[in-house]
Amino acid sequence: MIKINIDNRTVEVEKGTTIFHAAKKLGIEIPTLCYMNLGDLNIEHKPGGCRVCVVEVEGRRNLAPACATDCYEGMVVKTHSMRVLNARKTVLELILSDHPFDCLVCAKSGTCDLQDMAIKMGVRSIPFQGEKSTYKPDFSPAIIREMDKCIMCRRCETMCNDFQTVGVLSGIHRGFEAVVAPAFERDLDHSECTYCGQCVAVCPTGALVEVDHTTQLIRDLADTNKKVIVQTAPAVRAALGEAFGLEPGTLVTGKMVAALRRLGFDYVFDTDFAADLTIMEEGTELLDRLTRFLGGDKEVKLPMLTSCCPGWVNFFEYHFPDMRDIPSTARSPQQMFGSIAKTYFADKIETKREDMIVVSVMPCVAKKYECTRDEFAVDGNPDVDYSISTRELAMLIKRSNIDFNSLPEEDFDKPMGESTGAGVIFGATGGVIEAAVRSAYELHTKKQLEKIDFEQLRGLGGIRSASVDFDGVEIKIGIAHGLGNARKLLEDIKAGKSEYHAIEIMACPGGCIGGGGQPLHHGNPEIIKARQKAIYQEDAGKPIRKSHENPYIIKLYEEFLGEPMSEKAHHLLHTHYFDKKKKDILID
Amino acid sequence: MAKFKMHMLVCGGTGCRASASDMLYENLVKEVKENGLEDEVQVVTTGCFGFCEKGPIVKVIPDNTFYVSVEPGDAKDIIAEHAIKGRRVQRLLYVDPTNKEQIADSKGMGFYKKQIRIALRNCGMIDPENIEEYLAADGYEALGKVLTEMTPDEAIQEMIDSGLRGRGGGGFPTGVKWKLAAKEKADQKYVVCNADEGDPGAFMDRSILEGDPHTVLEAMVINGYCIGASKGLVYIRAEYPLAIYRLKIAIEQAREYGLLGNDILGTGFSFDVEIRYGAGAFVCGEETALIHSMEGERGEPTFKPPFPAQSGYLGKPTNVNNVETFANIPVIYNKGAKWFASIGTEKSTGTKVFALAGKINNVGLIEVPMGITLREVIFEVGGGIKDGKKFKAVQTGGPSGGCLTEKHLDTPIDFDNLLAVGSMMGSGGMIVMDEDDCMVAVAKFYLDFTVEESCGKCSPCRIGNKRLYELLDKITKGQADKEDMDNLRNLSYVIRDTSLCGLGQTSPNPVLSTMDNFLDEYMAHIEEGRCPSGVCKDLIRYEVIPENCVGCTACARNCPVNCIAGERKQLHIIDQALCIKCGACLEKCKFNAIAII
Amino acid sequence: MTKIKSLADLKKLKGDLQSKIALREKSDTPEGRVIVKVAMSTCGIASGAKDVMEYMIDEFEKRSIDAIVTQTGCIGYCYAEPTVEITLPGNEPVVYGYVDTRKADEIIEKYIKNQELVDGILPVNYQTIEKDKEE
Repeated sequence: MIKINIDNRTVEVEKGTTIFHAAKKLGIEIPTLCYMNLGDLNIEHKPGGCRVCVVEVEGRRNLAPACATDCYEGMVVKTHSMRVLNARKTVLELILSDHPFDCLVCAKSGTCDLQDMAIKMGVRSIPFQGEKSTYKPDFSPAIIREMDKCIMCRRCETMCNDFQTVGVLSGIHRGFEAVVAPAFERDLDHSECTYCGQCVAVCPTGALVEVDHTTQLIRDLADTNKKVIVQTAPAVRAALGEAFGLEPGTLVTGKMVAALRRLGFDYVFDTDFAADLTIMEEGTELLDRLTRFLGGDKEVKLPMLTSCCPGWVNFFEYHFPDMRDIPSTARSPQQMFGSIAKTYFADKIETKREDMIVVSVMPCVAKKYECTRDEFAVDGNPDVDYSISTRELAMLIKRSNIDFNSLPEEDFDKPMGESTGAGVIFGATGGVIEAAVRSAYELHTKKQLEKIDFEQLRGLGGIRSASVDFDGVEIKIGIAHGLGNARKLLEDIKAGKSEYHAIEIMACPGGCIGGGGQPLHHGNPEIIKARQKAIYQEDAGKPIRKSHENPYIIKLYEEFLGEPMSEKAHHLLHTHYFDKKKKDILID
Repeated sequence: MAKFKMHMLVCGGTGCRASASDMLYENLVKEVKENGLEDEVQVVTTGCFGFCEKGPIVKVIPDNTFYVSVEPGDAKDIIAEHAIKGRRVQRLLYVDPTNKEQIADSKGMGFYKKQIRIALRNCGMIDPENIEEYLAADGYEALGKVLTEMTPDEAIQEMIDSGLRGRGGGGFPTGVKWKLAAKEKADQKYVVCNADEGDPGAFMDRSILEGDPHTVLEAMVINGYCIGASKGLVYIRAEYPLAIYRLKIAIEQAREYGLLGNDILGTGFSFDVEIRYGAGAFVCGEETALIHSMEGERGEPTFKPPFPAQSGYLGKPTNVNNVETFANIPVIYNKGAKWFASIGTEKSTGTKVFALAGKINNVGLIEVPMGITLREVIFEVGGGIKDGKKFKAVQTGGPSGGCLTEKHLDTPIDFDNLLAVGSMMGSGGMIVMDEDDCMVAVAKFYLDFTVEESCGKCSPCRIGNKRLYELLDKITKGQADKEDMDNLRNLSYVIRDTSLCGLGQTSPNPVLSTMDNFLDEYMAHIEEGRCPSGVCKDLIRYEVIPENCVGCTACARNCPVNCIAGERKQLHIIDQALCIKCGACLEKCKFNAIAII
Repeated sequence: MTKIKSLADLKKLKGDLQSKIALREKSDTPEGRVIVKVAMSTCGIASGAKDVMEYMIDEFEKRSIDAIVTQTGCIGYCYAEPTVEITLPGNEPVVYGYVDTRKADEIIEKYIKNQELVDGILPVNYQTIEKDKEE
């Protein structure tokens, strides 16, 4: 332990602690724009680039960045001397001098770290006038880059390169022209971007935001000729409350349903229903592969990888296209929902496909891209018309004069609003595989599970493994969240070193709860943990917790699909993958 | 053809010429003729002797007599006495200022030679593409000595004792740096030669690599032995093709002779060198940025610690030294730390190579002992200011340095003194400015460079330098007010105080030092809208002086925008609205009829 | 070339090379050869040192002068490039600056053939460490 003095107070810290953390121990919040530490998720970004966190260290010639400077015994630090305050404000003024002044119309207004900082520092004018960086905005199907607003914190780069190992975003050019961009300044659509949205999730300004579909949604809701149907992903209910000042981890399922109904949706359904359906298909596929494998079939592809996460699907299509026969062919819950909604349910309510609009509310930005995939459309009419993020939903609720917090709790509509606890846990890392295990176990062993909770599959470790006893057969399960972790597992498989039978992969930290479309965590990992807790809490409170016991799923198979993996199910609920490495990304 | 018995070398350097050496030459030739000595005595003019203070200079060969402060009228005596009677003209001999003794033979005048060549010892002496010439000049003997007679610790101690400090700019003691890397335990360590010379106008490292590549290789092997590294990398900018070519040849030859590779000189020690190319980013001269660049990452500095000695190339302990630093090393082992430490000053031992540039007569590469004054460098070695103009400032340390003035000329040059007066040693660029240079424009020039070369990682350097540049631009356009001066100063301090690496921490130096030393020039721009040096285009105009104009039309014919009107033999007039202030008219006018106002 | 196996080998080789060079140049004897070194660094080459070097090699052959022309690095007189150092047998080396082919011709005719100095000599204004050794 070493003792240091900060602002005339003494604190004892462990060797290797930075000034930033030592100060935090004393309740001193040193401001920063680039530093980010998502503790348990093993993401620490400390480039020491923004220089807002500078402090005065006695005996040191220049100011020290608190986020990157380690404490030493006897260190004397001043965090708000005149020299520090002046330098900090000047640095902020410099950043602002190269930033568009369009706060009033910026997508990030109100949740912008830079704006908060300007308020906190009391910036009233910018003494420096000069050239501003201007870039062509980049509109992709999911993410919009407006690099005029980039402050070069490079958090997006850390997420894209270190955490996701996608390697699309990196610093290019030098000096004043330096900016974060895909190689050769291509747009995202011509890069290997997976649209995971983690860059958006950590961007402190409006430089990286999701594509906005709310205007389209308002137009569709106003169209009386259209039946507008909404599905909401499991992770949304665990985070939406944050946008209305509720504690992170507050479950707002009922209020969310009420809000959606008030917004004017004709049917408020649940993606969890489709998650249960996914388990039926994916679980059956897993059982099928396992049975064949145990029967001695050498051709069978194991481990089977989950395929619910569109960022992950993009990832292996770009980076591991030769392994695209390994993931389950099951579509994601969002797409299964769309597919069933525009066939089975459309028939039920006697509505033509083209008169039905299926909207999804997702914690995700990659889902926006997934909707646009050609294979998920019939004659150009997409199964899911578009997807809005949790953030967009919150904005829409506010805009529509709905006092969210005083809404009553309401239930989803039937039939596609009925779901089990297994569907809910899709929202957290390990949840899909746990849901699959719950059903696969019972379907395989024909026995009732004694304990529904598979604690060994839960947690926040980047790569986790567990084994489940299937009545004498040991099933080895791997779980990864974050594409960098996924890459490790894939490389093991490629090298023939993988022992797993099934692997769940989610692109985002913590799974969908940490998705790129969620209310911003502003670098606080506790928020993601709280959401995770809420997900398992929702599961625990559900009367039915196994997908195959969902009565409406059972009914769906009886009335429409026949059985899992049937020809009809194949047609509507399964898909195939593409080798995108070959896609000519050089075309501009 | 006659065989001359005597040669008279008359200094034709600009400094001496300014004190009538050309007339002296003519008089000498006249005297030779008048005395009928055309077949015996030859008078020739030479380049600068580097002793301009005592010019004009005449050197007589073969007896090496050295005459100083020779006036045209002295020609008679020199011929009559020296050429005819063979007696030296005593009154023209140099008097040693310390013991008041006359020195006749220039061979005994070691002290007038301000330069000592250690790092450059072989440049211009040997064929850089032939290892045999290097070997004949004691090449690789230091390596042999270190490998066979010294332990790594002893060799490092020798380096520490020599007092050698890094020549790349920082001035960190080389031996101490080696000790840090030697201390680390690792399966692999690296020696890196920083040949990413980037200061504007600096070419010391390039010249060494082009002229004596083996010295760098030899030093790298020694370095490897001392710190326990078996691999060396030379990080060199790709725009130095000749240096790369010769370095490659040198590496091949050294391998062939067993001086690189396995079991060097039968000692069991193995070391090899590879070349890595830099794309020419200035910031890659910073060692962490350099390492990232070698790793294939974006060339950006990272926070230290960890220092490269702990975690450098590929995360392994790495020692980075600059080319010139390495070039000193074999000599230190050959001649001993004590010998090296006897040259220079107490805290800055040895010599420093400078690339002299700007408004100076002898633009070129010089190597001077530490402790020499700026005055000696500029007015003697450098031959003084071009065209007899007045000295105004000297910029040392490249874009990170400051502009020093008349009052600093007698400062002995070493690492600490230069820092103390607001500049720095830097890698050795030295740019001299005269009365025609506007110091605001000079500061702007350096900021332009920094803005280009900042990596863009940290905000103060990325945006701050741009804003500094814009403020300076505003001043040079006469659009700034006093508040801008306050902003300029505050911004300079903040950039210096908050930037991540040395580039940003020093980039305001040209601004601060010019503000400190030439505040009146700044104020003239701001308060009077006037550029005292007549440089800032927006603040000057070219006018025809009616009484001098003869109507020769030379200005009008040479004006690129045809903005000068006037008939032949009539007064010409410049249309100020169209004038682009290129200065062509001023240059072409033979009658002093164009003036900058 | 076989590898140098020890420090003793290295020293022996150095001695051999030095006498070989001395023999080649015969620099201390009046019947020795003329040694010409052309500064061929980037600054020299950019100012035309290559042409000068080629010219001199050709001319020595045409005019039957026994001379060795080698390249070397930058001597430091960048203001006066191209620079050429001429060592006549038994004489101190002389450096000429601003050498173009015309100047080279003058140097060959006047200095090399007749030991008549030519304008444009660059006086040596530095100490070398070898010199220091001798003193």
